[in-house]
Amino acid sequence: MADILIKNGRVICPDQGLDEVADLLITDGRIATIGAVREPAHEVIDAAGKIVCPGLIDMHVHLREPGDCDEETIATGSAAAIAGGFTTIVAMPNTDPPIDNPAAAEYVINKGRQANLANVLPAGAITLGREGTELTEMGLISLAGAAAFTDDGSWVTSAGLMAKALKYAKLTGLPIMSHCEDPSLAGNGVMNAGRAAAELGLAGTPVSAEETAIARDIILAHETGGRLHVTHVSTAGGVELIRRAKERGDNITADATPHHLTLTEEFARGYNTNARVNPPLRTKADVDALRAGIKDGTIDAIASDHAPHAPQEKACEFDKAAPGVVGLETTLSMLAAKLVGTDFLTWPELIAALTIRPARALGIAKGTLRPGADADIVVIDPAAEWIIDSARFVSRGRNCPFDGMSVVGRAEVVIAGGAIKDV
Amino acid sequence: MWDRKHLLGIAELSAEEITEILDKAQHYTATALDESTTSDKLRGKRVALMFFENSTRTRVSFELAAQRLGASVTAMQMSASSVAKGESLRDTVLTVDAMGVDFMVVRHSSAGAPHQIAGWVSASVLNAGDGTHEHPTQALLDMLTIRRHKNDFDGLRVGIVGDIAHSRVARSDLIALKKLGADVVLIGPPTLVPGAFAQLGAEVAHNFDNAIHNCDVLYMLRIQCERLGGQQFPSMREYCEFYRLDGPRMRRAKPDVLVMHPGPMNRGIEIAADVADGPNAVVLEQVANGVAVRMALLDMMNNHR
Repeated sequence: MADILIKNGRVICPDQGLDEVADLLITDGRIATIGAVREPAHEVIDAAGKIVCPGLIDMHVHLREPGDCDEETIATGSAAAIAGGFTTIVAMPNTDPPIDNPAAAEYVINKGRQANLANVLPAGAITLGREGTELTEMGLISLAGAAAFTDDGSWVTSAGLMAKALKYAKLTGLPIMSHCEDPSLAGNGVMNAGRAAAELGLAGTPVSAEETAIARDIILAHETGGRLHVTHVSTAGGVELIRRAKERGDNITADATPHHLTLTEEFARGYNTNARVNPPLRTKADVDALRAGIKDGTIDAIASDHAPHAPQEKACEFDKAAPGVVGLETTLSMLAAKLVGTDFLTWPELIAALTIRPARALGIAKGTLRPGADADIVVIDPAAEWIIDSARFVSRGRNCPFDGMSVVGRAEVVIAGGAIKDV
Repeated sequence: MWDRKHLLGIAELSAEEITEILDKAQHYTATALDESTTSDKLRGKRVALMFFENSTRTRVSFELAAQRLGASVTAMQMSASSVAKGESLRDTVLTVDAMGVDFMVVRHSSAGAPHQIAGWVSASVLNAGDGTHEHPTQALLDMLTIRRHKNDFDGLRVGIVGDIAHSRVARSDLIALKKLGADVVLIGPPTLVPGAFAQLGAEVAHNFDNAIHNCDVLYMLRIQCERLGGQQFPSMREYCEFYRLDGPRMRRAKPDVLVMHPGPMNRGIEIAADVADGPNAVVLEQVANGVAVRMALLDMMNNHR
């Protein structure tokens, strides 16, 4: 007998261009059939009125382990992922110690397996200690199971070293995720440079800090033929640079975060430290450009940049607050409310940016409901109304800019590797 | 009619509120420096001076103002206290609040710190300067000084000269002057006068010699070497050549131009000694007005505790 039958859901699989009411059958941890299913199964889920789609993929999260487990662990972060509908997450290497060697990558994978919730894939560092001077053993780190390389949090400032990394990483087939921000332009900026920063008396980071970095990395990727992924794009100019590079055929991908797709620099007024993020929240024109980029595919993926911090890291002076916000438990609902609820995106378009598009950017066989694929599935109730309450998060991080907001849509059932997980 | 618990910045005040403070301060100018005329309006009230960043004139000015009104004043040594032991700002101010103070006068190197503190404590918070954001009591004493000499702000043209980008005084003065109806021109090298300030309602000029002739007030800012992150101009010599207010430049200015400076002055850098001591300068009068303005504020805020 089959394992799980999900009946009468609106099955959306952008990879196959599928959007129809159907049954979905899971056998031996894999997708068996989509259609009208008459077979019995051990478990039957009634998904009438619900959306059935591939488990969501977040290619940019911080799980803080190894390091400060007061902020998050691989287990709590994985649980937060499941609660938000994510079955695959890519853990950034800026841990303490950083993931800059094969043993460290294996540690993350093993901890993820022990948690037995979401698929946890480590990203390895590009340079030893993320110091920007010497390449890591990218080949061995890829054999250990890494999904990407990044010095996230820092840009590789040496163009020569970045060119070498893009070239060498071709041997692994994995993308180089670049945190595009030139520190010589960003200076000590803590928010977007502009009128709001001038009024608040806070140091600003100009868009040029991001855009010159993106431009350089695009040129290097073009010349080396390396796989560049630009993570957390925040500016209209950045979107335009990536669009032009794609138009000339460069093999470049990019992601944007839910907060950059929904909030502007105005959010910093009142010195709300949840507005302290890197890159900073920009202007309405930038938000609009990012949304258009998601819509036309210039920006491939939506990634949360889930960055949990201990309360004292945020209950402090704005310019001393740790940058970053949590996102795993709010991404789906915020975007459903702000992008689908406003008819800017259709459900299949939003789901594509959270499933097959990040899967392709990473080169992993996930994010699809094709028969034979891993049974990573989420059942979404698109009508569920709820109010975001960070006190109830599964994540240890409470630093959520969307706290208290009303949203619509929620992950109801999450299946990873054919097993139903506790949401 | 004043009904605020805190004074956090000029930005949130209306022109009417600013005028109300100035009127009250005007009343106190007669008594502010007179030891014999202490009042008891703040008798039994406790004022904590919490200067997380060094200051002499602002701290002493607040201390004298509070004492004149009969309050008990505690000047806390923040640099030698729990802050140095790694305590968070929130814990530090909650601790002081728990001891029962009525007013916290806060100076802090982080923009917005007084606003955050106001959200944490039950005391009334007075911003005595936060990072590169605001210095509202300085702006109020400056407005009082200008009003006493020029009477009316309407049509008045004020040039603020120097490091605008890193100056909380420039921000607060600009906002106050615009609210009161004056025109403001910000003068300095492009690296120190960000274009974003034009959006705040100011004119921006980089050539001091061309901008000086129609100013009614010249407000010279201290070049704050300690606050400059990275090199904003090639050399002090070059800065002085273009922006120092000296004798030759004064001859281009209106004969009755008012010369102001928030102190402490770098004589020979942004202002020549003979100009600082000359007939147009009102630097010490600004200082005197500072005590009166702070008395007025404490008095008005005390009525709304």
